[in-house]
Formats: sequence, C-alpha cells, structure tokens
Amino acid sequence: MTTYYSEEHEWVTVEGDIATVGITQHAADQLGEIVFVEQKEAGDDFEKGDEIGVIESVKAASEIYAPLDGEVVEANESLADTPGALNESPEGDAWIYKIKLADKGQLEELMDLDGYKALIG
Amino acid sequence: MTDAPKRTPLYDLHVELGGKMVDFAGWEMPVQYPMGIMGEHKQCREKAGLFDVSHMGQVILKGGDVATQLEKIAPSAFTTLKEGKARYTFFTNENGGIMDDLIVSNAGDHFFVVVNASMRHQDIPHMAKNLEGVEVTEIFDRALVAVQGPSAENVVGDLCPAARDMKFMETIVAEIMGVECRLSRFFFKQKTAYEISIPEDKAVEITRAFLAHEDCEPAGLGARDSLRLEAGLCLYGNDIDNDTSPVEASLTWAMQKRRREEGGFPGAARIQKELAEGAARKLVGIKPEGRAPARQGVEVQCSEGNTIGAITSGGFGPTVGGPVAMGYVSAGHGEPGEKVNLIIRGKAQPAEIVALPFVTQNYKR
Repeated sequence: MTTYYSEEHEWVTVEGDIATVGITQHAADQLGEIVFVEQKEAGDDFEKGDEIGVIESVKAASEIYAPLDGEVVEANESLADTPGALNESPEGDAWIYKIKLADKGQLEELMDLDGYKALIG
Repeated sequence: MTDAPKRTPLYDLHVELGGKMVDFAGWEMPVQYPMGIMGEHKQCREKAGLFDVSHMGQVILKGGDVATQLEKIAPSAFTTLKEGKARYTFFTNENGGIMDDLIVSNAGDHFFVVVNASMRHQDIPHMAKNLEGVEVTEIFDRALVAVQGPSAENVVGDLCPAARDMKFMETIVAEIMGVECRLSRFFFKQKTAYEISIPEDKAVEITRAFLAHEDCEPAGLGARDSLRLEAGLCLYGNDIDNDTSPVEASLTWAMQKRRREEGGFPGAARIQKELAEGAARKLVGIKPEGRAPARQGVEVQCSEGNTIGAITSGGFGPTVGGPVAMGYVSAGHGEPGEKVNLIIRGKAQPAEIVALPFVTQNYKR
C-alpha cells in the first residue's frame, strides 16, 4: 500500500475512499513524550489545513492539521487512555483518524517517502 | 535577547551526553537528554539528577553592612541570617510586586547571591545602585551545578564528605577533588538538593565524577520545570512578576515577622495592607480532572461560569501521573476542594483547587 506524507509530518494510507492518518515517527520523536491527544469525533468534516486535533507532550501542545479534505469516520479512541502509544508506534497501532476522503485527487499534492525523507533531512 | 546564545562551561559535556540544546534566557541549555523528561523527572524523585544551572547569576556582595543594605531592597531578614546559612528572598518594587526571586547566603566575610538567568541584567545593576558601600561582583568564572534527589547526599557526599553533615539551607566551602567549591543545601524540588559552585576549569571533571555515581544521571530544563511545578514552587516570569505581590503568591513565609511588621522595603505599603486585609487574588494549585494539560494563560472560571483567574504554570506531572497547574484566583475563591472550570481551546474542562505542593517533599532540618 502506498504511504503518502504531508509537510505537517503526517502519514496517509488509502483503502478505497477511506484514508488512515497518523503522525510520523520523526514527528513523535520531535514532540517528546506524549501525554494527551484531543481528537475530533466521527462525522466532523474539515478541509485540508484545518486544525483537527491537538497532541500534548511533556513539553508543549502541537496542533494536528488535516492533510486532506474529508470527514472523520473513526477516531482512534485508544489514544485517550494510552497517549504514549503515539511515541511507541505512531506509524502502526497509534493511527489517529480514519477519514472519508472528499477528493482523492488531493493525494497527488502529498509527498512520497523519498520526498518526506528529503524534507526532514 | 539579540546576542548569540551563551554557553556554560558544561556545554560540550551536554552535547556529548546527547543533550537536546535549546535557547533559554539567552543561554544554550539542555532541555532533556536521551532518557527523556519523564525518565529524568523520575530519576530525580527516586535517585538523583544533575542539572547545569551555570546560567544563573552568581554574585558576591562584600564590604559595608551588607545585611542592612539588603533589607532596603528585599523584605526578608538578613541582619539575623547566621553565617553559613542561606535564605530564599525576592526584590520588591515600589508597587509591592516581585522584581526577581533569589537565594542569599551569609558566607562570613561576604554574602553570596544566586539570581535567575533571565534577570541577571536587571539584578546586578539594581544591587550595585541600591546597596550603599557594598561591592557587587558578578562571578563569570564558576559553573553552578545542582544535584537533587534522595541519593544526592551519597552522590555529593562520596566526593565531599562534609556535604553529608550539611543541614537544610546551609552553605559551606569545601574541597572536591582538590578544588575549593561552595556547596549549598536546599529543599528545592526534591527531598534534598545541593548546589555546587565550581571553578570553571574544573567544572567538567567534577561534574563527570558526580555522574560516575551509579545513582546520578544528567537532567535538563524540562524535568527541572516539571519537578518545581509538582513541588508548587513559583517560576519567575510565570507565577511571580512585577505585578504579583508576595502575599498574593503565598510567599509570606519568606518575609520574617520583624520585616512584615516594620516594613522599610519597597512596596511595603501594599504588602502590609494585604497582610492585614487579604490580597485581591492568590496563587493556588489547580488539578485538572481530565488528561488535558492546562498551560500558562488558560482562563479559570468558577462553577457559576464567571472568570476568576488564569493559569500561570501548567503541564504534565510525571509523579502525579496527570496534568498539574498553578494559577491566580480572585479573593473569595481558592479554598482546596473548590470545583472550577478551565477553558482549554474553547472548551470548559473540570478541575479542582488543591493544596500545594502536588508532591510532598521531605526537608532535612
């Protein structure tokens, strides 16, 4: 499955018209130990660039920005009780949202792994 | 700060130890090491952590009647501060606000003062201008290292046996690895804490020797902040500043009885009035009930929905295992147990006023 990356350090995988979205390991490492995640609820819709959540680490609060237009189908509720999972497996079990994509064409605006690696140097 | 950040004598050691360096008050300091803020915090609670605090201002006050002169600008008692003892105090302004908080030690033939890194530029001229007949000398050639935690006595004591016998708020000069250092023992942030002022050319060697102890690990500014927050200690610039009075900040204990009664320090009119009649607001501990940390600036509302104050310091308390905060609430509020709401990103989050500290310390007296 192709993984896409945003400049806001999110990863996106797509099955049909449903995208799974999370933060990259690089982002998790930069944030430090994560202690709280605030998420939108199923049914909330948004446009690319909208703030769709907040991740708080021991150090600071950081916003999550929507990498694509869409609607939340499911928020990973396990993160409420185990926010630290975002440090352990941010690109695995600790995904943040399942999103119904409004415009699959927007995937073309995201980066591939090589592009993302170049971004984070 | 427009200048390039300054570096302490321990800068290279921080980098070697994997410290993540950030700009803090014009200094390049480690916010954390590979262990991480939570691990370093727990290390300081369970064993011992070592902090570089060389960015703080170390000052020698010599000549004249230092104690009497200090009483002109700070509301604590210094004429009764015995040789070898240290005292927490603050400079007040004409409005009774706090200009900075500091530690003053009576070192016998001089007084030794440590001020906040961010306020060095203010405090040194302030003392030079107001302490008549006193020579004010800022020290630039000594590092300052803090070792704190239940094992601190062993970590420091193994290299400097005299440290073991030191009492709470005591200061001595003693040799460590053949070098004369000044040691002070404080209650700060953990069960016991030492601050050791070391000549800069020996700072790395002695710091390495402390870190060689199996119970001692380096800790950064992140853990220092979470530890002081759990301990309910004020951070200058957050919880206390030029507008907040010592009475509002619950620092009345640092103004000894004679000073409270006699006054004779800047802002005495406001401070004595607040002592007699109560202050318009006071600093309290606030425990969010959920998991969302409440950070500086978050609005505090009473249960009826009126704004009663704001958070001045807040974050995650690793030992508490959840968010902790401090903030000011207006008079008539702030009794432990009172339910309040914190407005975090537009949403009201339930919280409770609690007694400080969040985590209890044991003092060695």
